[in-house]
Amino acid sequence: MPELIDAPAPSQSAGSDQPNLNALERSLRKPRTFFSVLLSILATLLTIIALVPLFSVIFMLFYRGGSNLVASNFWNLPPAPFGEGGGFGNALVGTLVMVGIASLISVPFGILAAVFLAELGPFSRTANVVRFCAKLLSGFPSILAGVFAYSAVVLVTGGFSAWAGGIALSILMLPIVILTAEEAIRMVPSKMREASIGMGATHTQTVLRILLPTAMPSILTGVMLAIARAAGETAPLLFTALFSNYWIVTNNQLDLNQPTASMAVLIYNFSGVPFENQVQLCWSASLVLVLMVLVVNLVGKSLSSRAPQR
Amino acid sequence: MINVQPNLAMDNGPNNPKDSETVIQCDLKELHYGAFKAVRDTRIPIRKGEVTAFIGPSGCGKSTVLRCLNRMNDLIRGFRFDGNVHFRGRDIYHPGVDPVAVRRYIGMVFQQPNPFAMSIYKNITYGLRINGYRGDYDEIVEKALRGAALWDEVKDKLRQSGLSLSGGQQQRLCIARAIAVEPEVLLMDEPCSALDPIATRKVEDLMSELKEKYTIAIVTHNMQQAQRVADRTAFMYVDTTQGGRTGYLVEMGETGQIFEDPTEQHTRDYISGQFS
Repeated sequence: MPELIDAPAPSQSAGSDQPNLNALERSLRKPRTFFSVLLSILATLLTIIALVPLFSVIFMLFYRGGSNLVASNFWNLPPAPFGEGGGFGNALVGTLVMVGIASLISVPFGILAAVFLAELGPFSRTANVVRFCAKLLSGFPSILAGVFAYSAVVLVTGGFSAWAGGIALSILMLPIVILTAEEAIRMVPSKMREASIGMGATHTQTVLRILLPTAMPSILTGVMLAIARAAGETAPLLFTALFSNYWIVTNNQLDLNQPTASMAVLIYNFSGVPFENQVQLCWSASLVLVLMVLVVNLVGKSLSSRAPQR
Repeated sequence: MINVQPNLAMDNGPNNPKDSETVIQCDLKELHYGAFKAVRDTRIPIRKGEVTAFIGPSGCGKSTVLRCLNRMNDLIRGFRFDGNVHFRGRDIYHPGVDPVAVRRYIGMVFQQPNPFAMSIYKNITYGLRINGYRGDYDEIVEKALRGAALWDEVKDKLRQSGLSLSGGQQQRLCIARAIAVEPEVLLMDEPCSALDPIATRKVEDLMSELKEKYTIAIVTHNMQQAQRVADRTAFMYVDTTQGGRTGYLVEMGETGQIFEDPTEQHTRDYISGQFS
């Protein structure tokens, strides 16, 4: 019966009542329509309210920090009260050095721990303990990392130093690196793992030649997240690196065994002083620190977009 | 061809001179995943220079048994194997045997084409590099790609990613990668189920060529495929009488005999399409 196949829709409704077209109209008198519209408006409104403090912080940063930011801020030392000019050059270098030390410690240990968690003994008791500790540490109060490094490094070596600051920051970075790298290695399609094992590769060869290269963009994203977190930390540095009004480099020699300035501690110190020039510098330093973290985050994002799709 | 002398630990298992044609003798008593008994009572010989097909309904354990032959199941948590698999007279489940060495001689092609995220050239040389082989890679790459009937299609783009190829080409790349190390046996786990009919045809033609050099065992859902490519066919079925779903070997024989004159009723029902 070709005519039935060609026109199934009319044949179904033929003979039955015409639908009531009024029922198609949107009406707020219907309770579920009313609630739907009401909740949509509410959700939009609350989103806007939630964004107000976020945008006002960013606006203030750019307005107060941007208006006085000059290039010489980047290579001058912090000014004395009532002084002219000055900058946060030593704090910028100090932050970079200490975050660098923290990365050198946390990235190798973190990736190796992630390889263990994802590949060597994912269901072992050790793995469960390590995973639990890493999750616990990722929400660890940063001041406790500072106190730990104070007792473990500052008291032992006899003074505040960039080393102690870097070690304190590495404690905060380590769990982020471990957990994101484990996830990244797990995300490598298991068919690639099987292909390598099936070719007669050992576990180590599979990890080094297939899993880590494939997971590397996502691992680096995790490293960037960890760096972004460490760069903004203040509390751990107060106990370990303290602050300094001088350069970390003296006589062309990088000295990591002395108190070291950092952006976060500079902001902390200058935000509470009554001297206008130091407060101004504090705003500029805040803006620069936020932009640094933003750049690191953007780099991490661009790396993760290169990660292989599952 | 490289003279293959598997460096496997010796074992006192049977080395029956009558089975000189048999490259792999699988004597599986029971196979468990945790508490789940997946396969029982399956004895399958894989004979040299032949294509052996494993057919049967889903869940009958045919892929599981195939993956036992080069110890790929070792990767699965809770896997337990009772029985032996003799490869050239040596039990590959003997504690002294390194599964990594076994897989060097018993290669595998998977259901999903799985080239590495590296160039075609590096995909082929992967097996050589991990085995520490130094020498003329170019020659081996060309030979492997010709062997997998892929050379003409990719000879101008060896540096491109293996993932840039079509599905059928990727699967032939995986076959080329597997034969680059000149294994004795090639295990193929539903190698055509992710491919279109034309690519399937190419891989099937390839199997007929490859069996002159390599012994092949293939799992397939497609009974016509088994009839087209296999010399001998093993039919497996699921036993649900003991509460679980345990697969077992119903019968095995020449492909023609299995499809035209099976001895078991289960086989007869399955190949005529009457399965419950």
